[in-house]
Amino acid sequence: MATLTEIRWHGRGGQGAKTAALLLADVAFNTGKYVQGFPEYGPERMGAPITAYDRISDQEIRVHSNIYEPDYVAVVDDTLLHGVDVTKGLKESGGILINTDKPKEEIIPLLKGYKGKVYIIDAHKVSMETMGKYFPNTPMLAAMVKISGVMDTEVFLKEMEASLAHKFAKKPEVLAGNMAALKLALEEVH
Amino acid sequence: MAIRTRMSGNEALAEAIRQINPDVMPAFPITPSTEIPQFVSTMIANGQIDTEFIPVESEHSSMSAAIGASAAGARTLTATSSAGLAYMWEVVYVAASSRLPIVMDVVNRGLTGPLNINAEHSDSMGARDSGWIQIYAENNQEAYDNMLQAYRIAEHPDVHLPVMICQDGFITSHAVESISLLEDEPVKKFVGTYEPEHFLLKENEPMAVGPYAVSNYCMEAKKAQAEAMIRSKQVILDVAKEFAEMSGRTYGFYEGYQLEDADYVVVAIGSVCGTAKDAIDQLRAKGMKAGLMKVRVFRPFPGEEFAEALRNCKAVAIMDRAESYSGQGGPLGAELMAAMYRAKVQAEAVNIMYGLSGRDVRVEDIEKVFADLQDMAENGKTFAQYPYLGLRE
Repeated sequence: MATLTEIRWHGRGGQGAKTAALLLADVAFNTGKYVQGFPEYGPERMGAPITAYDRISDQEIRVHSNIYEPDYVAVVDDTLLHGVDVTKGLKESGGILINTDKPKEEIIPLLKGYKGKVYIIDAHKVSMETMGKYFPNTPMLAAMVKISGVMDTEVFLKEMEASLAHKFAKKPEVLAGNMAALKLALEEVH
Repeated sequence: MAIRTRMSGNEALAEAIRQINPDVMPAFPITPSTEIPQFVSTMIANGQIDTEFIPVESEHSSMSAAIGASAAGARTLTATSSAGLAYMWEVVYVAASSRLPIVMDVVNRGLTGPLNINAEHSDSMGARDSGWIQIYAENNQEAYDNMLQAYRIAEHPDVHLPVMICQDGFITSHAVESISLLEDEPVKKFVGTYEPEHFLLKENEPMAVGPYAVSNYCMEAKKAQAEAMIRSKQVILDVAKEFAEMSGRTYGFYEGYQLEDADYVVVAIGSVCGTAKDAIDQLRAKGMKAGLMKVRVFRPFPGEEFAEALRNCKAVAIMDRAESYSGQGGPLGAELMAAMYRAKVQAEAVNIMYGLSGRDVRVEDIEKVFADLQDMAENGKTFAQYPYLGLRE
């Protein structure tokens, strides 16, 4: 069981936290892991807080419950820090990743005394600079791979390039933007 | 060669459907089964299959159209959940009593009150007496494997009954998990082509399907239907054996996990069984002889086989994900306890209600169930009529 990494995503309906969770499961699967990626469904509306989960393991995953003590948490929208208990159950050996344009000093007081590592990334800035549109998923995915260490970042980039090349076969310019976003996110997260 | 990949439970069913390429699929969308007709429509549009998709205006119509198509001799499929299945009610019985080998993918979701979209077995359990065979899955792999076996069971000359292939809404239908798929060719060979002996469009053999029967004949027809359900037991096992030869994965009426020498046993259906397996591994490491009996086939109800598997345990928790509002517990509890009584299996038994409307069940919850079983067997602890697991008080 020591090889199991559990990740919880917090976002708002429409921001793609579920997609990010499923993308992470996808890319981890491609590196030979057993994976589970799933959303927690409630009343679905744009803007409502939603949760999604990942389990990534070297062994078969059988458990079918939500994740209560995650190793890592990703927060796709920093306004959630005021209403959602994002560090609930979060292991102090792990860390939290927050998409924000604010400095860490302003974010940390909102984390209810969480003692693990705190990482931030301005996914809006990364996304606009590389893709010209706001898709927080792509930078958040890369940042989560880096902070969690679920896979080597070089392997991650290679796998993403292969899968995006397939997905955007007819739109090579989209591929370039996405790859640039992933690479920039790996540098920007801190 | 097995194909190692990852997909959701609904995607896994769609993949099985692509490989089977049924003749006709009437369907009406309802969460969480909506993706199934959606994926099938896409595959038809892409020319991957040549299934005739019939968009209908309700589930009563989708089952009615399925009955028409199946009676005409077509290999027929539909999918639904919750209120959709409830809305089919009248014709669900007609499909079974007309002995039509329709397959229905039921993505289990609770029936309304309060309105909720999450996993519960009240929809298919409500239809347990409708004459359909019911096979349940723990995960996407089993949903896929069960789907591949469904038509072989339904269309078998000894059976000729419709089959529900059930999986837990969202928990498996919408969770992306690792899975091992089979290649198209062996699957197509395994499933085979449907060549019905009698069907409406058969030349020179005029027949009626579903006519009125007077009392002098009606009871015999029902007995014949019940006999077919009993005969399906052997067919289910035979098909599973043949499937195992192709896939390496074995199936039966139930799966025993650490069951053989177990003192304490949880009996359950569906996705919670994976969670129970993790709990059992932890308890075994601490020295408790914990085990699981995962029910795969609920209709027909293999009561003798289930009871026999429980003969040597000290205490058993029978888990139901559907209320009966009988004041006595749920459907699995009622039927399994009756089977245990007939087989003179003496284990202490408690029926537990869990996971209603998608209430999450954790490994710790199952560990508590086992602790209670031990308490019951060793200290004579008694329980309320039937406890609710994880109920907020």
